[in-house]
Amino acid sequence: MTMEAPIVLVPISLQVNGEPVEAQVLPRLNLADFLREHLSLTGTHVGCEHGVCGACTVRVNGDIVRSCLMLAVQTHRASVETIEGLSDSGEIADLQASFRQRNALQCGYCTPGMLMTAQDLLKQHPEAGREQIREHLSGNYCRCTGYQAIVDAVEATARTRMERPS
Amino acid sequence: MKASAFSYARATSVANALDLLAAHGDSAKVLSGGQSLMPAMNLRLINPELLVDIGDLAELRGIVLRGDVLRIGALTRHVDLLQSPEIAAHAPLLTEAIGHVAHPAIRNRGTIGGSLAHADPASELPACMLALKATIIVRGQPGERRIAAGDFFTGIYETALSPQELLVAVEVPVARKDSTHFFHEFARRHGDYAIVGAAAQAVVRDGVFADLRIAFFAVGDRPLLAKVAARLVDVAITPVILAEASAALGEELDPQEDQQASAAMRRHLAGVLLVRGVSALLGRPDLSGAPA
Ligand SMILES: Cc1cc2nc3c(=O)[nH]c(=O)nc-3n(C[C@H](O)[C@H](O)[C@H](O)COP(=O)(O)OP(=O)(O)OC[C@H]3O[C@@H](n4cnc5c(N)ncnc54)[C@H](O)[C@@H]3O)c2cc1C
Ligand code: FES
Ligand code: FES
Repeated sequence: MTMEAPIVLVPISLQVNGEPVEAQVLPRLNLADFLREHLSLTGTHVGCEHGVCGACTVRVNGDIVRSCLMLAVQTHRASVETIEGLSDSGEIADLQASFRQRNALQCGYCTPGMLMTAQDLLKQHPEAGREQIREHLSGNYCRCTGYQAIVDAVEATARTRMERPS
Repeated sequence: MKASAFSYARATSVANALDLLAAHGDSAKVLSGGQSLMPAMNLRLINPELLVDIGDLAELRGIVLRGDVLRIGALTRHVDLLQSPEIAAHAPLLTEAIGHVAHPAIRNRGTIGGSLAHADPASELPACMLALKATIIVRGQPGERRIAAGDFFTGIYETALSPQELLVAVEVPVARKDSTHFFHEFARRHGDYAIVGAAAQAVVRDGVFADLRIAFFAVGDRPLLAKVAARLVDVAITPVILAEASAALGEELDPQEDQQASAAMRRHLAGVLLVRGVSALLGRPDLSGAPA
């Protein structure tokens, strides 16, 4: 005989883009839907819901992750940063400008995930070249641009940041 | 799609996780990094009633060197393996292999315990465990079992783990000073599951293999430690000997046919990897067709 486990709302408390958030969530709710539907942070996009496309990429405790493969209950006591957070703080203003300048976005569906992933690379490897950029972005699909312009934009940002005294 | 409803328990200790698994039987599933479990649940391939989240269990984390054994906790993430100086120094095969596992955002969550328990036949880490002669340590309520990697993988997504057990760690013998390794896989894109891959660990003395363990993945229902390797030990290898071994390898394999490749193509690619691997391990480009 096995025990039945009742399905109940689980209380969580976390930080989202630096602000404290308290919520009660069902276990099945994934982080992407929590951000979009409970917190109205719709910059995080949802494509495949099985980890393949990268549109839902966010940061949890500083690491990029797939928000479709993480449950909201797993973010208890974590710090989550979304594209809204990175955008509002100015952290990626140059990268965003570079994407615009080089037409690295068309429909924009992939863009939040691309920016998250590109910024992750540039933080870890400011000197990254095209090969490394391609490899780091290999888990993010873009159905519009053909990737070339995205790699150009990330590479240009890397160069400018390297030249700028920090 | 979204996962169907389930209940959730955050385990507070290994003992607590084992109690939950014992109480709920087959309807419960362990949640580690979620990078294989969540896709399967979102696709509704599986619908567990309870997830037992082991993510908070510090006792399952960490990489420790004890004598000539590296103990890697089940919750060690792929990114931790990639960045670990201990792994780079004592099990460099893993450092090289892990870069081929998925993409950065997935490596930030996926764990070694999850990868081995999931036992995807196209997965890199299970094959590395065979090549490295690792021991997989599992715990259930009756106690701990130590399982040789060669006995752990039993079929597609099947292992010697029972639903009431937890994989707690793996132990990998420290690489000897005179050992070398080889890792290569064919995949459509970087980070994709392999079409065929090979992981090898060898000891070479005076240009001859004193030991050779070469494991292939995505060539059958589980990773396979090639028996033909025995033919290549303690002999001076010629292109003829190697070609014979490569042909014999094809008979050991039972590859699947899928959208990525036919069985014949997988056999062929495995043979190519054997030749390249031996050539690289011995530092003899002549064996892979290049001029000496
Ligand atoms: C887009 C994408 C690409 C990927 N590409 C690759 C790839 O190229 N190569 C590759 O190897 N993997 C790949 N993966 C899978 C990834 O490596 C997973 O991290 C890994 O397979 C499972 O680890 P996890 O910690 O996420 O486990 P989970 O998803 O949490 O669990 C997987 C299974 O193992 C069980 N389990 C987990 N931990 C334990 C434990 N300690 N004891 C007992 N049972 C346990 C769970 O119940 C579940 O059945 C990919 C995943 C995605 C989403
Ligand atoms: S929606 Fe998460 S990876 Fe596609
Ligand atoms: S801009 Fe449309 S998917 Fe990338």
